[in-house]
Amino acid sequence: MTSGSFFNLVTIGYFAAMVLFIAFLATKSFGVARLATWVASIGFVLQTIGIGLRWYETYQIPGGAGYAPMSNLYESVVFFSWTILLIYLLIEWKYKQKAVGAFVLPFAFLGMSWAQLSLDSTIAPLVPALQSNWLTYHVITCFLGYAAFAVACGVSIMYLIKVGREENERGSKAGGVLSLFPSAKILDDLNYKAIMIGFPLLSIGIITGAAWANYAWGTYWSWDPKETWSLIVWFIYAAFLHARITRGWAGRRAAILSIIGFLATIFCYLGVNLLLSGLHSYGS
Amino acid sequence: MALWDFFCSLKLSIFTLIMLAVTSIIGTVLQQNQTKEQYLHVFSPKTYAILDKLQMFDMYHSTWFIGLLVLFCINLICCSIKRLPRVWKIVTKPTLVPSKAVLEAFPNTVERTVRGSLSEIRPRMETFAKDNFAATRCTETEEGIYLYAEKNKYARFGVYVTHLSILIIFTGAIIGNIFGYKAYVNIPEGGSIDRVWLRSGEPVDLGFKVTCDAFSVSYYPNSQRPKEYKSILTIEENGEVVVDKRPIIVNDPLTHNGITFYQSNFGPAGSEIMTIKVKLRGEDKAQAFTLRIGEQAQLPDGTSLTAADFTTSYRNFGPAARLNVKKQGEAATSVIVFKNFPEFDQQRKGTYLLSLEDFTQRYYTGLQATKDPGVWVVWLGCTMLVVGSLIAFFVSHRRMWIVLREKDGKVQVRLVGTAHRNQPAYELYFDKLKEAFNKHLA
Repeated sequence: MTSGSFFNLVTIGYFAAMVLFIAFLATKSFGVARLATWVASIGFVLQTIGIGLRWYETYQIPGGAGYAPMSNLYESVVFFSWTILLIYLLIEWKYKQKAVGAFVLPFAFLGMSWAQLSLDSTIAPLVPALQSNWLTYHVITCFLGYAAFAVACGVSIMYLIKVGREENERGSKAGGVLSLFPSAKILDDLNYKAIMIGFPLLSIGIITGAAWANYAWGTYWSWDPKETWSLIVWFIYAAFLHARITRGWAGRRAAILSIIGFLATIFCYLGVNLLLSGLHSYGS
Repeated sequence: MALWDFFCSLKLSIFTLIMLAVTSIIGTVLQQNQTKEQYLHVFSPKTYAILDKLQMFDMYHSTWFIGLLVLFCINLICCSIKRLPRVWKIVTKPTLVPSKAVLEAFPNTVERTVRGSLSEIRPRMETFAKDNFAATRCTETEEGIYLYAEKNKYARFGVYVTHLSILIIFTGAIIGNIFGYKAYVNIPEGGSIDRVWLRSGEPVDLGFKVTCDAFSVSYYPNSQRPKEYKSILTIEENGEVVVDKRPIIVNDPLTHNGITFYQSNFGPAGSEIMTIKVKLRGEDKAQAFTLRIGEQAQLPDGTSLTAADFTTSYRNFGPAARLNVKKQGEAATSVIVFKNFPEFDQQRKGTYLLSLEDFTQRYYTGLQATKDPGVWVVWLGCTMLVVGSLIAFFVSHRRMWIVLREKDGKVQVRLVGTAHRNQPAYELYFDKLKEAFNKHLA
């Protein structure tokens, strides 16, 4: 079996897990929720094997010196999905809030289906600029950070839905599907916790990027669009962290900042490469 | 005072951070540091004048952007100055005997009344604290005995370490800007230099001599994908070789005397050198000439051979050279020879059989030379940023008081705990502490 066929299974698995999590909200059956977590976990294990296999495959191509499979757009999207599952499963395990899955799994599923359906999965050996261990450290930390922000964004969307509905119904507790949502207080707290995990990871990601740039080009910071956007994301989450301890800024505004932060993250990750020019051209 | 409060305020921090985020977008959309001509291609002269006035073409170094960064730093410094003394006091002079009101303000508390005397209960509580939390400090008052213990008191400084780290990073950047430089130099293979050039065109003397012994590009098998760019450098100082034939590649630079050389780019140095083989028709003996474009070779019978042109790929036939062959007293004829087809010249049926034996291309290597004495300060700041924020987010200063009071021949024991952050997690922690507390007194 090739890594590609593993990733196809993973895509199907994440789709199934996403549907099950949504079904959980509709049926309120905790059996369905447990099944959803199981399917997501199996998908995660398969993806881990798939990434390991692809790593092995990079040694098998002619002249292949082997590299950690995170060097082009396809590989990075697959890795991003993997990190989203990793952070999500950790948070679910720690805080036991299964409803969150319905708002996080879609990100992982979208990533995997985009990678499998329309991105170029050719294994190509690394160009000189990418031949560095810094690549691995930089990519792993950045994507773990991005994944934590993805979870925070999912949680913030839940928060806004929940609070919006409760306000519409004049203070009465939201019923129906929303009764399975964690309380607004817990959602607000989860949002903060996810960002607390993401922020230091993003900081390390930016720093390893700077260290690598300094090692390869002699400049740790050159206001390249990718660098600048990562800093923009950093500013937004720094604002979030300060907003949360300011009166009147917790709750709704914090949730909005978190969503804006994730949109900026996605732009930093994809928008910069697809729309702007700079150093991170994914080898094209 | 109002101004001081303004510079200390969290609202200002949020505002500055959001302003920095929003304005930073401009420079990623509007290409920076282009020439005036390039901008006038896109903008009308009027728009150009306005944008130029607003320093939009080098916005990250503009007065207003630097101004925002300065505001950010002032805010950082002011709010740290405002809050640090209180935090310093909490850490260095803990409240050993809090007032009743303070104690009652903490939500995590448990109280038991047990039989026994103060002198008997006190050591039991001290072991409880030591085994389950931390060693205690004891204060005896008229009201009763106060045992105080704490953990991770330095976690309170996490935030300030983070704030300070940002100032240190800026300091490192400023040091680099003032005392460092970024320069470029091209060295042809076999050539040497002792100075490099700034972007402004100004030369900088290195104080030593750098020789490029060789440069090479290698490709992955059967593809155009570059695998490695490599320069071999030798450095001589005062006539002595100090670095001998050290290869540098992208991602593996060479540092000497605080100046680091990076493999940056490369290009051809001069034209190719061709080796032309000349054979007299019907004879086996051959003679070889090495020629550059424009150079001439004389054959024994007085015929001259001039290298007129060269290409690495002539249509699909690979490397080819054009030679002008001029017999004495005749007009010159143009002959094309191919490296991949040595017999091609047979069909010309000339006196000489010419072929392109081989060619070599000399390269120059393009190096970037950087001196940045501030870079270590930046890395120090970065380390502090990460360590500081991890402490600020994940470590909490936990305090505990045990108050013992004698009452009607019994001892009233009160346990109060608090953490300076992450209350929900502390509540769980306190539940366990409570359990152990009850067990100890049972």
